Amino acid sequence: MKLEIGNIFIKDVQLGQETMINEGLLTINPELLAAKILEDERIKSARVELAKPGESVRITPVKDVMEPRVKVFGKGTVFPGVAANKVEQVGEGRTHVLKGTAVMTVGKIVGFQEGIVDMSGIGAEYTPFSKTLNICLVLEPMEGVETHAYETAAREAGLKVTQIIGEVGRNMTPDEVISYEHHPIPHLAAAYPHLPKIGYVCMLQSQGLLHDTYVYGVDAKKIIPTLMSPTEFMDGAVVSGNCVASCDKIPTYLHQNDPLIEDLYSKHGKELNFMGVIITNENVFMADKERSSDGVAKLAKMMGLDGVIISEEGYGNPDTDLMMNCRKVEAQGIKTVLVTDEFPGKDGKSESLTDAVKEADAVVSCGQGNLVITMPPMERLIGTLEDIETMIGGYEGSLKKDGSIEAEIQIIISATSAIGGNKLAARMY
Amino acid sequence: MKKLKVVHYINNFFAGIGGEEKAGISPEERDGAVGPGMALAQALGEEAEIIATVVCGDSYFGENLASAEKDIVAIIRKHQPDLVFTGPAFNAGRYGVACGAVAKAVEEQLGIPAVTGMHEENPGVDMYRKDLYIIKTGHSAAGMKKTVTSMASLGLKRAQNQLVGPPEEEGYHVRGMRINYWAEKRASLRAVEMILKKVKGEAYQTEYPMPDFGRVEPMPPVLDFSKAKVAIVTSGGIVPTGNPDRIESSSATKYGIYDISGLDSMPADDYTSIHGGYDRTYALEDINRVVPLDVMRDLEREGIIGKLADYFISTTGTGTSVGSARAFAVDFSNKLLEDGVNAVILTST
Amino acid sequence: MVKEIERAGIPVVHIATVVPIALTVGANRIVPAIGIPYPLGDPSLGDEGEKNIRRDLVERALKALGTPIKGQTVFDDAYEF
Repeated sequence: MKLEIGNIFIKDVQLGQETMINEGLLTINPELLAAKILEDERIKSARVELAKPGESVRITPVKDVMEPRVKVFGKGTVFPGVAANKVEQVGEGRTHVLKGTAVMTVGKIVGFQEGIVDMSGIGAEYTPFSKTLNICLVLEPMEGVETHAYETAAREAGLKVTQIIGEVGRNMTPDEVISYEHHPIPHLAAAYPHLPKIGYVCMLQSQGLLHDTYVYGVDAKKIIPTLMSPTEFMDGAVVSGNCVASCDKIPTYLHQNDPLIEDLYSKHGKELNFMGVIITNENVFMADKERSSDGVAKLAKMMGLDGVIISEEGYGNPDTDLMMNCRKVEAQGIKTVLVTDEFPGKDGKSESLTDAVKEADAVVSCGQGNLVITMPPMERLIGTLEDIETMIGGYEGSLKKDGSIEAEIQIIISATSAIGGNKLAARMY
Repeated sequence: MKKLKVVHYINNFFAGIGGEEKAGISPEERDGAVGPGMALAQALGEEAEIIATVVCGDSYFGENLASAEKDIVAIIRKHQPDLVFTGPAFNAGRYGVACGAVAKAVEEQLGIPAVTGMHEENPGVDMYRKDLYIIKTGHSAAGMKKTVTSMASLGLKRAQNQLVGPPEEEGYHVRGMRINYWAEKRASLRAVEMILKKVKGEAYQTEYPMPDFGRVEPMPPVLDFSKAKVAIVTSGGIVPTGNPDRIESSSATKYGIYDISGLDSMPADDYTSIHGGYDRTYALEDINRVVPLDVMRDLEREGIIGKLADYFISTTGTGTSVGSARAFAVDFSNKLLEDGVNAVILTST
Repeated sequence: MVKEIERAGIPVVHIATVVPIALTVGANRIVPAIGIPYPLGDPSLGDEGEKNIRRDLVERALKALGTPIKGQTVFDDAYEF
């Protein structure tokens, strides 16, 4: 398997008539995109707004973030099996990326879990999406549309628009092409016999309404652990349908640009042998937790791994999945490193995780989400501030009269997401 | 720049007022620096001045905890200092406890930063490490100079609102607080480096040692349920519709006590779930799935249990710190005891 | 919470969906619940069937409260899923 990623560097984005890229300037037609979204009868209104790094803009409530990509050759389309796309194996051939841009779905909250992206000020330091040129889709559901249906409609609108925008890159010459190869297990093992064989266990959020992830269109709570090529992620085989607490959310964008996959590839063939990705879920029934963690340990053993890195999405009962995966993989004689974020309370004095096993002796921290900060008022708002105080991380009195927001960093999209894309960490003081 | 005003607390021994035989003296006040205050003043340099020293015997403090603390705080308040030091107490147990208590009272009641110093075996360290900055010291006063230098440096930083560094940099006992910082490398890269070290058997350092949640002895069983009063407690976020107490959907800082007398089953219209951590659809359809009131009433009617308490207690489990949950339970357990509750059924989602 | 209730002197049973967490945080008497979205129910069983399992779980909780134990105990014999 070989996937070429062709990055087209986008330096600016503007609204206009024609959808095109000219010398790094992306032009999109907002009416066209809105019309496409409104084909869905569950959505009442749709508006496109732009937000750029450094601007005094607050975007909230943000649901998902996606990166525009297009499959230039090779089988399938990006986001296979979802939003009316055919199911076809991806991860080979060539994919072009509108690097520097992101599409965000924004609108009235469904649960408590959507979050904030600030484009400047202290809030911007915590989210990776203050550094992208954001194309925001502000959505409003039809009256009476049930919550699960609203969530699906919003998710599909985002994916469709992202694909339409990505299509612009099809016939462009990329500024940079990076090649990622992934070989059959016996070949990989034979290619670098002296290097440690490392795998990556990607725990997908799958707790129910607004806490779901889709793999080739399959709801991840229905999967049993399986093996994936890292290149499949780059083509959008894994799509976020969830709004866990915003800070540790892994939006679709981060599945497309998984930092663990990037960093494992960067050392592949030099310091380690990157053997592949095991995906598993975080379900709400004990029987599922047992079955899935058994499956993870079994696959790790069948792949002949020496070590695995395990990531997590969400907190609370998924901490148990993390610990069960750790314990069972270690029991096979395979070393583990866990990547997680922490929730030790506002004062930082409580235990950071709800579960613990003694085998978890190598943990990487993505920071503690209970830290309270005050984000200054912004000149422009995309979305609504209506729900700030009921969103996770917010509380009574969070929204100040002057428009500033005092809240736990939990409320900021991907501030502590536990696939390790950020430099934020917590330590013992 | 105006010099910072400092008050120093020490015991009778360090003040040069006798030894154990004088440990019963009550709090008294001296002008300027006394005893170890001389070295401390030197370490503080030009930026701060010790304007007063409070002296108290350790026995007196131990035997009159509340009043001694109150009197000492009153003396300190009078001087309106910018910064307070207590000790260092080295490995003197009673002195350590007094230094900790005074420093904590000063911070909490006066809002003035306080710094103390103790040896790791001093019982005051475990009592106050979560509340205070306690500089690490040797066993005895032999290491005085080094200790007061660290105390002065940390104290000045705190009084001047500067960022305090990590424990090994500043020399204080680990406080057990998880604080954010910006690492040099992103977490994914640190994870890759850590797994390589672990696989090769090289030394590495976990960024979060697993916590020990502690245990409690099990209570003896309930022998006769037909005479027992049972209460339901839940972390499933069940509250009356409208959430009158505004309990948070995650990271709760509150709990609620809600009346269920006269109800045979949880009415779906009058109660709701605010829990942010799970799909609430099923709980909202039938709240008895989280608070099993219908079954409890049946058991009560059938005489299997004596009485169901007239209320249930509720909070949200998601993201709620163990510390908060502990505090809630300490608080409401008193009410349960007062109300004669003999057993609790705790449900969680 | 469970430890503090017990420490206050009231016997407590934890009907818990995620038993490993209950064990980690130190509950002594643990009854496994059905699942996180419906700890004491199961919508697939119909009203009567659902109330029956709820009753089973609560009775098991009472049995746990009435049983002398030495350390952490999971009472999971009656209902398997």
